[in-house]
Parts: sequence; structure tokens; C-alpha cells
Amino acid sequence: MNGAQDMGGMHGFGPVQPEKNEPVFHGEWEKRAFALTLAMAMPGQWNLDMCRAAREGIPPPQYLRKTYYDIWFTALEKMMLERGLVTPDDVAAGHAVTPPLPDRKVLKPADVAQVLYRGGPTIRDTNSKPLFAVGDRVRAKNINPATHTRLPRYVRGHAGTIERLLGNHVFPDSNATGAGEDPHWLYTVTFNARELWGPQGDPSVSVSVDAWEPYLEKA
Amino acid sequence: MRVRALETILTEKGYVDPAALDLLIETYEKKVGPRNGARVVARAWTDPAYRERLLKEATSAIGELGYAGRQGEHIIAIENTPQRHNMVVCTLCSCYPWPVLGLPPVWYKSAPYRSRAVSDPRGVLKDFGVELPKETDIRVWDSTSELRYLVLPMRPEGTEGWSEEQLAELVTRDSMIGTGLPKRPQDLAT
Repeated sequence: MNGAQDMGGMHGFGPVQPEKNEPVFHGEWEKRAFALTLAMAMPGQWNLDMCRAAREGIPPPQYLRKTYYDIWFTALEKMMLERGLVTPDDVAAGHAVTPPLPDRKVLKPADVAQVLYRGGPTIRDTNSKPLFAVGDRVRAKNINPATHTRLPRYVRGHAGTIERLLGNHVFPDSNATGAGEDPHWLYTVTFNARELWGPQGDPSVSVSVDAWEPYLEKA
Repeated sequence: MRVRALETILTEKGYVDPAALDLLIETYEKKVGPRNGARVVARAWTDPAYRERLLKEATSAIGELGYAGRQGEHIIAIENTPQRHNMVVCTLCSCYPWPVLGLPPVWYKSAPYRSRAVSDPRGVLKDFGVELPKETDIRVWDSTSELRYLVLPMRPEGTEGWSEEQLAELVTRDSMIGTGLPKRPQDLAT
């Protein structure tokens, strides 16, 4: 999706402003929004790519105004309403006034450490042979799906070099829509800044993205 | 506040256990943070065999120290040299190696960093007060997949014979993202 999340190369946001002695969370609501987002993945039955798609779906004027945990929380609300986990009546009342969806797993305190330690590996064993090898010249395809993708706009149409093979990984473009994991080969592809930014690029800079095979063609 | 109202609804519906939420918060507020990564870096600075394992198979090398899991399922460590400085960004969202660095700071998730890290990394470094020699190339890693990147900074001069614990004190969070350099011995408050 060509949304506001895809920021690489945009101008006008001003300098980076690091905060001295920054706390992990800024206020109680950030803590709860963070923890709710993690905990609701279990009863919500969605995956990380679906979450990212929901965040990216926030219209650009709103996305750019929000703090990061507000983006997470807005997406969480949206996903819960869309799936009927929470209803508009619940929200209006500020209490549960409709019954919960049946058979939902809940994250228990005793399982928190184990769930975090296990994480969600995305590498998959497949028999597929990689199309590209280290050193191959490839071009990022010019694609513009309205659904979730992890190929940033700033590399589309540009030529780079395969630097690493990273194994077969869950393909976000498919996983985000509920169409399945559809794992594909993943590569580190490196681009010179001149290729990406033309005369404004600094030739001593190179930039890599991790790109799934369907994003790439022979250059 | 709508977050509290939603937590009430979700708790009443039985989808969340507030005690589990407390534990998630406590984990990332108190236990998981950049001190983990600093231990990894200091180990790599003092133990050449560990350094080699870290650069080859970072996920398992980091796992040796007990750090693993969510948002660190697949980690790659990248080494700074006099010729090449590495910097990590996620232009599309906020991907960051949680088990070794904790949760990302606000600036890492902000539009100024995400927009400029890939097009003007030297300018971004200036925002952090860092100026690299012109002959040092810059390599930016955009975290577009579930691979997470940890920068292995160069060991500061004047630290010969230092212990792992002493060295870890020099390793800053930003030096492991690539927006900063480790502290020098003279930077440590006496």
C-alpha cells in the first residue's frame, strides 16, 4: 500500500530529535496500548502482517499526526471492530454489553515469558531453489499493490545487487490478506545511493532492503 | 481515555488477563533493554571466537547469552570498520531487535528518521552529533523483513586489558543502531 508509512526519501520532516534519558513508555496509556496489542494477537487470531496492514490503512493525514502507540492502538481498535471482537455498542457503553466471540485463547500470566521467548519465526523449510545468487544484478519490480507489501517505493524500479540469501520466509503480501504464508526466498539487496537518488545521492552510501523473490527480476 | 475503556471491555469479555498485561509491560520496562546488547558487544570485543560466531550466526550467538524471542527471531550482526559504518532503520514501520535493544525510542519510529536515514544518513548522523571521516562509507540497512540488525561497533582505543563488564559500560544503545559511537574511556564519569 502506498500509504504514509512508506517514508523512505521523503523531505520536510525536519531533524531527528533524540530525547535525553528517554523512558521506555511515555505515560500509562502507552504501556496499556502496547500490552493490549501484544496480548490481543491470541484471541484476535491475526498475524503481524495483518497488524501492519491495519496500521498502514490509517489515512495519511491521520497517520502522520499520530504518535506511534496511537497508530498501534487505532489499528487494534479497527481490527477488533472489523472482526466483531468488540462491537460499537460496547465502545459506546464503555463496557462489554455484547457477548464475546466463542473459543478464543487468552494470554495467561504464566505463559507470558514462554510466548515472548518463542516469538514468531518466519523462516520455513521448502524445496524451492533460489532464482538468484550472491552477486547477481536484480531490479526491484515496479509494483503498486493497494494491499500490504514490504517493498518500499524508493527502491521500486531500481537495480541492485544480491548480497545475502536469507532463506525462505513467510511472504507478507500474502500473509496480510489471510491468503496463507506462501513462503518465498528472501534476499538482502544492496543499492548504491546514486542509483536510488540520482545526483542527490551520496556515492559513499549504499542502502539495502530485504526483498522476497516475487519483488525482484533479473537486471 | 479510550485505552482504559477498551481494556475494561476486553477484560470483561475475557479476552485479556490484566495480570498478563502487567507482566508484558514489566518485561520491557525492567528486563529487556540495551544492556543486553551491550553484553553481546562486549563479549564480541573480548572473545574472538564469540565475535566470529556472532557475525556468522547472530541469532544463536545471542541466544548463548540467553537473549532470544519476539522481534529477534532472526538476527544479523553487522560489523563497523574504519572503511564502513552501518546504520539500521525501518522505513516502513518500527522493526527493531527487541531481545538485545528493548523497545525502540520515539525518534527511531519518527518520520524524520525513517524518511532521511536512507537518503541522507550523513545528515542524520549530524543530528546525533556524529561526523564520520569522508573516507568511511555508509551502509544503511532497511529492516523490511523479519530479519533484525544489530551493529557491532568498533572497540574504542585505550581499552586494552579492560574486562567485559567494563567494556559493556562503553556500549551505548545508539552505537548498536549505528546513529552513535561507543563512549571513549575519557567519556566515562569518574
